Amino acid sequence: MLPVLALTGVDKSFGAVAALRDARLELFTGEAHALVGENGAGKSTLVKILAGVHGPDAGQVLLDGAPVVFGNPGDARAAGIAVIYQEPTLFPDLSVAENIFMGRQPRRGLGRIDAAAMRARTSDLFARLGVRIDPDRPARGLSIADQQLVEIAKALSFDARVLVMDEPTAALSGVEVERLFAVARALRDDGAAILFISHRFDEVFALCQRVTVMRDGRWIVTDEIGNLTVEGVVRTMVGRDVSALFPKLATTPAEVRLEVEGLTRRGFFQDVSFTVRGGEIVALAGLVGAGRSEVARAIFGVDRYDAGEVRVDGRRLRPGDPPTAIAAGVALVPEDRRQQGLVMELSIERNATLPRRWALSRFGLLFGGSERRSAAQWARRLQVKAARNTDAVSTLSGGNQQKVVLAKWLSTAPRVLVIDEPTRGIDVGTKAEVHRLLSQLAAEGVAVLMVSSELPEVLGMADRVLVMHEGRLVADIPRGEADEENVMLAATGQREAAA
Amino acid sequence: MTAPDVRRRAVGPGGRAPTGESGARLVHRLFVVRELGILLALVLLVGVTFAVNQRFLSAQNVKDLLLGSTILAILAVGQAIVIITRNVDLSVGSILGLSAFATGVLFVDNPGVPIPVAILVGTALGAACGAVNGGLIAAARVPALVVTLGTLYVFRGLDHTWATGRQINAADMPPAFLRMGTATVAGVPVLALVAVAVLVVAGYLLKHYRSGRELYAIGSDPDAARLSGIAVGRRVFFAFLASGALAGLAGVLYAARFGTVDANAGLGLELNVVAAVVVGGVAIFGGSGSVYGAALGAVLLTTIGSALPVLGVTPFWQRAAVGALILAAIGLDRALAVRMARRLRGGTTRGT
Repeated sequence: MLPVLALTGVDKSFGAVAALRDARLELFTGEAHALVGENGAGKSTLVKILAGVHGPDAGQVLLDGAPVVFGNPGDARAAGIAVIYQEPTLFPDLSVAENIFMGRQPRRGLGRIDAAAMRARTSDLFARLGVRIDPDRPARGLSIADQQLVEIAKALSFDARVLVMDEPTAALSGVEVERLFAVARALRDDGAAILFISHRFDEVFALCQRVTVMRDGRWIVTDEIGNLTVEGVVRTMVGRDVSALFPKLATTPAEVRLEVEGLTRRGFFQDVSFTVRGGEIVALAGLVGAGRSEVARAIFGVDRYDAGEVRVDGRRLRPGDPPTAIAAGVALVPEDRRQQGLVMELSIERNATLPRRWALSRFGLLFGGSERRSAAQWARRLQVKAARNTDAVSTLSGGNQQKVVLAKWLSTAPRVLVIDEPTRGIDVGTKAEVHRLLSQLAAEGVAVLMVSSELPEVLGMADRVLVMHEGRLVADIPRGEADEENVMLAATGQREAAA
Repeated sequence: MTAPDVRRRAVGPGGRAPTGESGARLVHRLFVVRELGILLALVLLVGVTFAVNQRFLSAQNVKDLLLGSTILAILAVGQAIVIITRNVDLSVGSILGLSAFATGVLFVDNPGVPIPVAILVGTALGAACGAVNGGLIAAARVPALVVTLGTLYVFRGLDHTWATGRQINAADMPPAFLRMGTATVAGVPVLALVAVAVLVVAGYLLKHYRSGRELYAIGSDPDAARLSGIAVGRRVFFAFLASGALAGLAGVLYAARFGTVDANAGLGLELNVVAAVVVGGVAIFGGSGSVYGAALGAVLLTTIGSALPVLGVTPFWQRAAVGALILAAIGLDRALAVRMARRLRGGTTRGT
C-alpha cells in the first residue's frame, strides 16, 4: 500500500542551523501516527514542510507516491492537508465562522458569500466537537482553549485526507481532549491519515497506531505502538552521547544568593520555590510551554507575578521592577536575543555598555572614550569576532551576538545571572565558549540560573537540575543523579520527584 | 487542570447556546453604532449650523457640499480598501494630479475625444500608478508607507516635468465635459452619484465576496492569512490597483469640476484622505472598518470645512477642529474596543 503522504530524505536549514537532516515520514490512510522528539528535534519544521510553509532544501514530499512541490500553504490545502498549528492563527477582527471558512466560504449566486450557510456549517462543526462558541462573535477575546477549538473546527471543515495536529491539546481540558480524540478517531476510521504531535505520552498511546521518533532533526525510528513503552520512547528521544564540550569547573557552593519562594503567576506557573547558591549553576529544564522562561522573566521583574517573592542575598525584590533587580545585582540574558537582548542597529560598543551608560557618563554626558575602552576590554575577554567594535550588532553571527549580550550584563558585575537558552541557534564551537564563560562566572561566585531545552547542556553544565512540567516544579535532581531519562520523564510529567 | 471541566457543560447537536444571539447582536450593533456615530456627528453639525444660518441648507449650498465631498469620498473609498489590508497609500494626491493633467492634455490634443474614453484613460492611468505601488510593495517587501511616500514625489515630479509650468484652462476642454462637473439629476450632482455608485460597488464587493473578505483577513493578521493559503501579495497588489484607479477616476472628475488644471492639482490631498478614512472608523492597523464609514468621514470633513466659517470660527481653527475630530474618532474606537472586549469576555464564551 502506498502512503498517502510521505517525506523522504528531507533537509532544511535556517541560516547556519540545520533543522532537518534526512527526515523521513510515511502516513497511511486510516492510521493515526505520532511524531515525538525533544524540543528542537525538528517536529514543527517538518509540519511546516508538510503544510507548504517552507520548501525542503533537499529531499521530496510524496503525495500518493508522486513527488509534489507545495509552493505555499494554499497548495498543501488543495492537496487535502489540514494543519492545526501549535500557535493559533486566527483573525481577531473577523467572526469565528469567517475564521473557519476564510478563503473557502460557501457561495451562492454570482459568487457571493452565503453567510447563512457558513454560519450553519460552523454550528454543525461545533456541535460535532460539542462546544458552544457563537459563530458570529469575533475571534478577538477568545480564550486560548477556544481559539484552539476554532482551529480544530477549521481543520475538520476541510474533509482533509491528512490531518496534522501540532500539539493541539496543550491548552485543552480533559473533556475537550476526549472530544477531539473521538472526532479524530472517526476521521481516521473514514480513511483520513492523522499526524499527531504531542509531549503527552498517554495521549499518544491512546490515539496512535504508530510512532516516529525524531532527534536533532533526524529520523530515528518508526514502530508500531504495541512494540513500545513510554520509557523506551523517551530513551530513544534523548539517546545520544553527552559530549565532553561542557567544561564545568568544580566549585564549592557558597551562601544562598537567590531565593524564590511560592512564585505564582496565574495561567503560567504555580508555587515555584527554589534557591541558587553563589558559585552554583542551576538548570531549569522542561518542555516548551512549561513556564520556565516566564519564571525567569518574573525573577528579573519584566513580568509581574500574583504571589510569592524573590530574594537576592536575603533582600526582597520589588515585583515587576527590573531597575531594582539590576541594582540588586540580577542580570537577565533573554531567550530571544534579537528582539529582547540587543538593539540590532547599534554598534557593539553601544550595546555592550547600555546597562552602564550612567556609570560611564560624566555630568550626564556620555563620552565615546569610556564606552570604547570598556567595550574593548569585554570584547577581548569574550573573544567576540568582529571587524570593529563600532560595527552594528546585526552584522555579527548568532554566537557572537550572544557574546555581546553576555558582555553587556557581565560588565555590570552581576551577583545573580539568569540566562534563558544560552546557546540556542549557536554553532558548536561558540557554544563551548559560552559554556566556558558561564562556568568561569560561577567560579567567580556568581549564582547562575540557566533555562535550557538542550539536555546535554543541562546535564553537562548544571550542579542541580530543576524540572518544570505544566507550570509546576516537579523535580530537583542533583548533578550526580541527573541523567537524560529521569529529566525527560519528569519533564513529560511521568515522574513526580520531590521538588 | 480538572476542576473547570466539571463546569464546562457541552451542548448536544442542534442545541444553540442561548448566549449565541446576544454575541451576534452585539457585533451587529457595534457595526451600526460605528457608522451611526459619524452620521450623528454629521447631522448634529448640519443642524447647529442650520440653526445659526438657514441658508446653510439651501439647495445651492447642499449641492456645493455634495460636490465638494465627491472627490475626497472617492479617494477615501480607495484608501479604505488599502488601509483595511494594513497598508497605506500616500501617493493618491499625486495620482489624482497626474490623471487630471492627463485628462486636460487629452482634450487639448484630441478635441473630439468622447467623454467616456477620457474617463477610461484617466482611470487606467491611475490604475497603472497603483500597479507600480502594488508591484513594489509585493515584490520588494518594502513597507507601503515608504514606497508610496516615494511614489508621491515621483508621480508629482512626472506631473511637473510633463506640465513644464503649463496650465490647462476651461476653454481647452469640451463644454459637455465641464457640464458633467456641474450637472444635476433631481437636484443631486452627477459627480456625487458617481461617488455613490463607486461606494456601493466597493462596499458590496468587500462584504459579500471572498476576495473582499480576504482583504480584511490580511489586515487582521498577515501571517495567519498566509497560513490560510491566501495569496497575500496578489490581494495587496489589487488593493493598490483599486486605490490607484479610483484616484485616477477622481482626477478626471477634478478636471471636469474645476476646469483649470496645473501640475499642483491635488497637492497634499493624501493626508485629508487618510484623515477621512480614520475619522470614518477604519482601523489604521487594518482588519476592520468599512468604505461606508470612510465615505461618511469624507463628507464630515468637507462639511466641517464649510460649516465652521458659517459658525463664525476663524479659518485658523479649522485645521485644529479636523485634528480634534481625528483624535475623537480614535478615542471612540478605543472606548468601543475596550467595551466590546469586556463584554465578549464576560458573557459569550463557553461554559456555565
